[in-house]
Amino acid sequence: MTRAWPWLIGAALVVLPFVYRSPYPLHIMVIILIWSFAYTSWSVMGRFGLVSLGHGGFMGVGAYVTALLWNHGGVSPWLGIPLALLASGLLAVLVAYPCFRFRITGHYFALVTLALSGIVLQVITATRDFTGGSLGYTPERYQGGSSLFALQFSDKTTWYLIALAVWAGGLYVWHLVDRSMMRYALEAISEDEDAAAAAGVHVTAEKLKITVVSAMMTALAGALYGQYQMFISPDTVSGISISLQMVFAVVVGGVYVSLGPTVGAVITILLAEVLRISFGTRAVGWDNLVYGILLVLFIIFLPQGILGSLLDLGRRRAPALPRAAGSG
Amino acid sequence: MGILDIFLLEALLNGILLGGVLALLSLGLNLIFGVIDVVWICYAELIMLGMYGMYFLYTVYGAPIVLAGLVCLVGVGILGVILHLLVIAPLLGAAPINQLLATGGVLFFLQSAATIMFGIEFRNLGLRLPILKLSGMFISYSRLLAFATALVGMVLVYLFLTRTYTGAAIRAIAQDRQIMVLMGVDSRRIYVITSALGGALAGLAACLLVLQYDVHPFVGLSFGPIIFLICVLGGLGNFVGGFVAAFVFAEIIALGGLYLDLEWGYVFAFAFFIVMMFIRPQGLMAKRS
Repeated sequence: MTRAWPWLIGAALVVLPFVYRSPYPLHIMVIILIWSFAYTSWSVMGRFGLVSLGHGGFMGVGAYVTALLWNHGGVSPWLGIPLALLASGLLAVLVAYPCFRFRITGHYFALVTLALSGIVLQVITATRDFTGGSLGYTPERYQGGSSLFALQFSDKTTWYLIALAVWAGGLYVWHLVDRSMMRYALEAISEDEDAAAAAGVHVTAEKLKITVVSAMMTALAGALYGQYQMFISPDTVSGISISLQMVFAVVVGGVYVSLGPTVGAVITILLAEVLRISFGTRAVGWDNLVYGILLVLFIIFLPQGILGSLLDLGRRRAPALPRAAGSG
Repeated sequence: MGILDIFLLEALLNGILLGGVLALLSLGLNLIFGVIDVVWICYAELIMLGMYGMYFLYTVYGAPIVLAGLVCLVGVGILGVILHLLVIAPLLGAAPINQLLATGGVLFFLQSAATIMFGIEFRNLGLRLPILKLSGMFISYSRLLAFATALVGMVLVYLFLTRTYTGAAIRAIAQDRQIMVLMGVDSRRIYVITSALGGALAGLAACLLVLQYDVHPFVGLSFGPIIFLICVLGGLGNFVGGFVAAFVFAEIIALGGLYLDLEWGYVFAFAFFIVMMFIRPQGLMAKRS
């Protein structure tokens, strides 16, 4: 029975927009799914102690390369997104390879990647003739507004299904990593690099692989965000605050469980929306205020995150239950 | 050609003056890095609060500027102690990255608290210091003042660290935190003193920055990352290294701003940082276990 649950919930999520067509909740769900995917991408490497503050940079590359190619070169996002992913992957190799080669780890790694997201933000702002700078950038509308070629849809249901598929893909990658030999290698590395290397793990290669996967997934999230919102600005898809936002949501949800980042996205986005609806413009700043306090409290008291701690609690209680109830 | 040289000289000089302020900014952070082995990601936000303190004390309540400066110095110092006791102390045993992330939460908190309390308007002291004209170059007095104060502040901290008993204990803890506890040094007390000192340096920096720049809740993001990179580039806890790195960074930003845009200056500075991390990692590895 427990094995059927993911499929049942998945089916319910696919059917949902056909039953329930209210545009605003659907919009919130699309946003939640896209960010959940971005956060999942971060946690793919973050769970191995590779805390990157450069993912805002990868997301910005994904969003801007796709939109720039479309506006200036007329390149369809179907080609533009793979190119953006490639660019993001290359950027990841460029920064991460020397980092891993020279064994820059822990908060040194976090600070080098912080410089990376700073660079991407400043480059976007500095090349304002092409990117619109801090005023933001809009991919040009394709004639009718909806087109498969331009990956632009005015229909929210279509976007919902795309975001759902990509999110599910992200979870699938997470599980692939979770069940691979790579996971053991990376866990060994995060415990002790020397010991892992002595045991025959190719430390640099393993870390590089997971970083490139994570960076490309994040770039895809950025590209999707740009295509869905039809507006990107340096502050919403790149930079240090986006990087911190990713880390924050993942920590709140739980780094070590597959649905942790999703739980984090649901909590943070719903919190922001509820505050915005109930207090309007007076709510400016309150959502981040609450995030900030929560982040500190979570790191001190619940480093496993909400979902992680709940699952832990469940696991600890499980042996006390009669065996028959849990089988299925 | 002649006029270009004047601009170049002016940019170089302004770079040096900016370097002095950056050196002061990174000094406090470096101290905390070196002694407590913690990254205060929210350091620039403490400076932002200090700048608001200056604005309200001087412009709104009309306090004398020196008094306002002293209050800010002490006030931000106290904030540093509060930050240490509430956030850092419970996490001292945890992974270093957790402390960095927790102060990231404080960053969010302080930014939005400032947004809620003070709004997002840009504010300044309404105080304009004259501009010094020197053979065709324009150098603002506020920069000169900031540079001079930064130098004095750094010398005082240096003397404190080398000439007093507490200073010696701070340096000893930075070298080996296990042994010093066995030697009878109360590490918790040293941590609190260091946090207060780091906070007070942020308060001093705030007094000087508010003379040149407008204050708004997100002002920290504009120079925060630069300070971290300077500290790392100089070698964590290495005060001389941080001092040199601050001037190198400031010159890159000033020259980039002269020939291209200010943003390109930052891009070059960041790129320089990443390249240097690879060329001279030993400067960074020095303190790693």
